[in-house]
Amino acid sequence: MNNIKKNRIKDKAFKVWGIACTFLGLILLCIFIGSILIDGLQRIDWGFITNLPSRKAERAGIYTALMGSVWILIFTTIIALPLGIAAAIYLEEYAKESKLSSLLEVNISNLAGVPSIIYGLLGLEVFVRVMEMGASILAGSFTLALLILPIVIVSTREAIKAVPKSIRDASFALGASKWQTVSQQLLPASFGGILTGVILALSRAVGETAPLIVIGALAYVPFAPSSPMDEFSVLPIQIFNWISRPQHGFEINAAAAIIVLLLITFIMNGIAVYFRNRWQSKFK
Amino acid sequence: MLRKFSFFQMRKLKETVIEKGLQASALVTIAVTVGIILVLSIEAILFFKEVSIIDFFTDTQWTPLYTDKHFGIITLLSGTLLTSFIAIIFAVPVGLSISIYISEYAPRSFRKTIKPALELLAAVPTVVYGFFALTVVTPFLQTFIPGLAGFNSLSAGLVMGIMIIPFVSSLSEDALHAVPNSLREAAYGMGSTKLQNAFRVLVPAASSGIIVSIILAISRAIGETMIVAIAAGQQPRLTLDPTVPVETITAYIVQVSLGDVQHGSLEYRTIFAAGITLFIFTFLLNTISYRIRKKFREKYE
Repeated sequence: MNNIKKNRIKDKAFKVWGIACTFLGLILLCIFIGSILIDGLQRIDWGFITNLPSRKAERAGIYTALMGSVWILIFTTIIALPLGIAAAIYLEEYAKESKLSSLLEVNISNLAGVPSIIYGLLGLEVFVRVMEMGASILAGSFTLALLILPIVIVSTREAIKAVPKSIRDASFALGASKWQTVSQQLLPASFGGILTGVILALSRAVGETAPLIVIGALAYVPFAPSSPMDEFSVLPIQIFNWISRPQHGFEINAAAAIIVLLLITFIMNGIAVYFRNRWQSKFK
Repeated sequence: MLRKFSFFQMRKLKETVIEKGLQASALVTIAVTVGIILVLSIEAILFFKEVSIIDFFTDTQWTPLYTDKHFGIITLLSGTLLTSFIAIIFAVPVGLSISIYISEYAPRSFRKTIKPALELLAAVPTVVYGFFALTVVTPFLQTFIPGLAGFNSLSAGLVMGIMIIPFVSSLSEDALHAVPNSLREAAYGMGSTKLQNAFRVLVPAASSGIIVSIILAISRAIGETMIVAIAAGQQPRLTLDPTVPVETITAYIVQVSLGDVQHGSLEYRTIFAAGITLFIFTFLLNTISYRIRKKFREKYE
């Protein structure tokens, strides 16, 4: 009898422990966001968003970094989206079981685990040096596009896989070719899922710092970029630069810029979750 | 008849062209891997022409940016392993407890809301975590660890642990969830509590999936850059003391990239030598986890 009681107490204790663990991370995140808001919120005004960088903390703004992030985001999407979706369609609908397709499979799973800084080294040598793009927006976008490619491919495959087989059969029965089936049935049907994956991948790209530092993105850019061949900075690099300065004013700036960055990340994640929920209910 | 024939011929041609185009896109991923390996090894070979590979592995100092140059990668590796170890020691028990709680104790509706919330932890940009470690966690730890330096591997490691909790909890929970219900019912039928069931039946049954989640978390921690670059310092040091500044492989690459290093110089090549070391480590971990995952999939399908 005694033993059973002991086991029940242990069981209860673990339940409490489990709840504590589950909320530990989230509570820490809340504490952190709270402290950032206390530090940074006072600093955020229209001037902070639209001012050019400055050596004086009170006058410095994030305009050039923010514009750099927007440019990077646009070009990363243009490069990674068609490539990732095409690769996913091939793997999911066309590839037959062969050595090549299993190699592709292992390779993509491996690429997803390569540290982001390694992509930076690849970009530095291939895009910046060999292709002579310099530390430009284009070089940065190519680097980040390769970085998020595995994520786009994996999530697109999941989305295409979720389309019921009956839709494929119906399309083929009506005499459609493979490509007609893919482009007119499967892609529209999996659109929501693909979109979710792409937005999540882009929200990862917008927060990436290390690979862009490695390819030589600058911490200080006097003007907002106006062409894809321009030098650039991005929001995370601006934050990193401000963190590494000793003056307290820049720490406040960093907190304020983090608020902007987190807002962008969370909004993108929110949109992705919204699309996922809407899309998932479509097939159920 | 002829027209119809050529219509189908055209259609077939178009289909082939499209298929080849899609295949080429898929092959880009192979090109990326080949590119990474080529770039890292070419620069690393050039590096090892000037620096002996024995020194690289046995020297206990890393000072490529000083006049008295030493290239002991162990120094950086110790920083990487120390911060990763702290992160894993923190994240694995917490993540595993979360996964057991969510899959065995919590109501099903709770599972649906808490999983995306936990994944938010992994969505926060790492530069933000670095700021957190430096400005919140380190000052907090300093209140009861008096000797703690402003830059240290303890706070960087702990914050990295927070970041990788969802990697452990999410994958482990999937693995526990996939264990057939008959095993649970058998255990309950023998009169076991949920806790006994979890640790004596489910965790062993889902062990391969749990191991995969831990390996991926280790690989993630080893490759993590911004948290350690911001909060762990930039002083290469061969130590196991978590309270002093260290430098990881990734932080070193960032440090060199921020400075003005001439392309083709020895300093420039050190980041590729450091990079290939990092790549080999994560590559091995990823390959092992992929193998286990393949086996694990066969077990339940």
